[in-house]
Amino acid sequence: MIELKNISKTFKVAKRSAGFTEAVKGLFKKDYTYINALQDVSFTINDGEMVGYIGPNGAGKSSTIKIMSGVLTPDSGECIINGRTPWKDRVSHVRDIGVVFGQRSQLWWDVPVIDSFELIRDIYKVDKSEYKKTLSSLTELLDIGEIVKTPARQLSLGQRMRCEIAASLLHNPKILFLDEPTIGLDAVSKIAVREFIKTVNRENKTTVILTTHDMQDIEALTERILLIGKGRILLDGSLSQLKKRNSTHKTVTVDYTGASLPALENAVVVKDLNGHGEIVIDTAIVTVSQIISVISAAVEVKDISVVGETVDETVVSLYKEFEI
Amino acid sequence: MRKYLSFFRIRFIAGPQYRAAAWAGIATQFAWGGMNILMFRAFYESGQNSFPMPFSSLSSYIWLQQAFLALFMAWFFDSEIFDSIVSGNIAYELCRPCDIYGMWFTKNLAIRISRAVLRCMPILIFAFLLPKPYCLSLPADLLSAVLFGVSTVLGLLVIVSFSMLIYISAFYTVSPMGVRILATSVIEFFAGALIPIPFFPQWLQPFIYALPFASMQNTPFLIYTGFLSGWEAVKSIGLQLIWFIILFVLGQLLIKHAIKKVVVQGG
Amino acid sequence: MQYKASFFMTALGQFLISFTTFIGMYFMLSRFNSVKGFSLSEILICFSIVLMAFSITECFARGFDVFPRLIRSGDLDRIIVRPRGIVFQVLTSNMEFSRVGRLLQAVIMLAYAIPACGVQWTWDKVLTLALMLFGGVAVFTALFILYAGISFFTIEGLEFMNIFTDGSREFGKYPLSVYGEGMLKIYTFVVPIALFQYYPFLYLVGRSDNLWYAFLPLLAALFIIPCYLFFRFGLRKYKSTGS
Repeated sequence: MIELKNISKTFKVAKRSAGFTEAVKGLFKKDYTYINALQDVSFTINDGEMVGYIGPNGAGKSSTIKIMSGVLTPDSGECIINGRTPWKDRVSHVRDIGVVFGQRSQLWWDVPVIDSFELIRDIYKVDKSEYKKTLSSLTELLDIGEIVKTPARQLSLGQRMRCEIAASLLHNPKILFLDEPTIGLDAVSKIAVREFIKTVNRENKTTVILTTHDMQDIEALTERILLIGKGRILLDGSLSQLKKRNSTHKTVTVDYTGASLPALENAVVVKDLNGHGEIVIDTAIVTVSQIISVISAAVEVKDISVVGETVDETVVSLYKEFEI
Repeated sequence: MRKYLSFFRIRFIAGPQYRAAAWAGIATQFAWGGMNILMFRAFYESGQNSFPMPFSSLSSYIWLQQAFLALFMAWFFDSEIFDSIVSGNIAYELCRPCDIYGMWFTKNLAIRISRAVLRCMPILIFAFLLPKPYCLSLPADLLSAVLFGVSTVLGLLVIVSFSMLIYISAFYTVSPMGVRILATSVIEFFAGALIPIPFFPQWLQPFIYALPFASMQNTPFLIYTGFLSGWEAVKSIGLQLIWFIILFVLGQLLIKHAIKKVVVQGG
Repeated sequence: MQYKASFFMTALGQFLISFTTFIGMYFMLSRFNSVKGFSLSEILICFSIVLMAFSITECFARGFDVFPRLIRSGDLDRIIVRPRGIVFQVLTSNMEFSRVGRLLQAVIMLAYAIPACGVQWTWDKVLTLALMLFGGVAVFTALFILYAGISFFTIEGLEFMNIFTDGSREFGKYPLSVYGEGMLKIYTFVVPIALFQYYPFLYLVGRSDNLWYAFLPLLAALFIIPCYLFFRFGLRKYKSTGS
């Protein structure tokens, strides 16, 4: 179980100023600015959960991940992961976690991937027979049986990412942190990676925490979402909750034969021209089917479509709402 | 221990991939050694009495220097390590249940040894086949050979633990590049890489022998050539051991402090 | 700020590297007084001219030194598609002024050696000195271009070229006859270092009356032609194979 309580973290950043005299002054006295990376962050994640951790750049995502993986100490607050405080018990804590940073490789680039795997096995002191078992299931699931014999530098991005994920799971971690695992991947690799993450979560009951900018990742993978902005948790709930919260507005587009659309209560006709109309409704007031029945009673409908907000738009509007 | 061995292995096996570079390096070093010997020959001809060792010993010294260049090179620093410190990516390395110092130390050892293994044999063999007094001669006796072996290992440990301090300095300075160049020139000079320490002025030698740099390549090569022998050789090896312990412990302390800073400050 | 500190440290480091070379030479000559009959102040003339030529060349032709990196990173393709001369662009792509540390060292040594070596500074001697420097810059530039040209064919094998680039700087610190007749021939006919270092130097310090020696650096400068042609040859191959 992961439990964060009132975690806060402030970074002290030296101000850099232009100009020579300023630079000389800077030798003696430095001005600092303080950045509140995290303010009062609290959440709990249960074993076996899969959580999407989203927010704009610089919102505090990676600071949180760093704190949870024991490589950053917060100023105040509590963080208990599987009964341990990560930064106090770093070495034994990191044995239980696997980390994939999409922008950074943990494979040694000039040796075959399998050699990196064996080194990781030794670093984590994984039992030989257990390693064999894990490796064969990973190679099968990720379809990397052939590519592990190639040096990492010769792999394509998609192949490399699959190997990275395998590398982070060789020691059977209880918790897996994925930092933008699909960044830069092509569609096929993205889907393969997502499928695999799902499988790991389902079969091994591995807790997965995923940060991403790719909303399709979130839609495909996670039930629960944590939205962070300016160092604060803004929303903690399910994806459908998130959608509901901000996407009660829907746009109905109709093609019809007839003079014009009927007058509608509780809806706004934004466009009605030559048999093509667009109506915006608020599903909190009126349902889509009510509107459709009113329309189809008045005119002959040739084609109709209902479009809600995409997750991307929802997130953008959430950002706007919280002014981040 | 096992993980360090494994770590050593992975760096070591990466070496032979660069075979063409190794051959080019061997040729370069051979030419370089030859030019140096010719230069010293000119000095030898100008004043034999001022020459602190037999000319053949000097030849051996130079060839050993070229053959084991990769072990003792002062300018070699792993830029991956510097990059990870400067960019703050060092944090990610903390995600492994591993001691950073041990990992870096092993990595440096492995790179140096694998390059040296690849390059030393052809140079040693060529150098043996050269005519006297330009060739590499055998050590005087078995004891010197054994002491040379021990001293080479210690010398390697001393230079790696010294370069660890330079890596660690990157946590604190604004210019790791500058520190690196400064360190390189200081090590090269005082270690006897430019001219062997016996060629330094007499009054300066005691000071130089007391510095850690003399415990790098100087001690093993002087033992091999017979310049240091018997009790003198054993004493120098003791000094190497002392320097290794001091530098190693100092590095451990400093890195602990540096990592604490990273963990608190986020790099 | 960070940049300035870095620049200063790097320049200081560069200075120290060649300064330790000087100290080493000083130690050797205070032990032996002279080598092949040359005194320290005479040798310093050679050393400072070679070092000065090398560091001037390095300041502006550094782009050729990092040329293999341009090829590997694909930046060369960007250079080729621009409507300017390739050599010009490479020259201007990377100026490395931290090398002024080395240059400073060379200037100091020359300033010491000029009065100390007992030369009567008549106009022909001054001209000789200037020609030596000119020839040196030309030969080192040629070597850098050659180095870049070879990197079209092999990158791993490039280390061998260091014998000629770094090696010429390193071994050019002594009058080249120090290394024996054979080496002097190689440095005269293969890599014409001796043409701007040894022979005009003999005339300069009055060990030879042959005025022609003073003009040999001009001959040495011609070395740039075959090196440039080789570079063009490599570039053509690169353009046609793209690798």
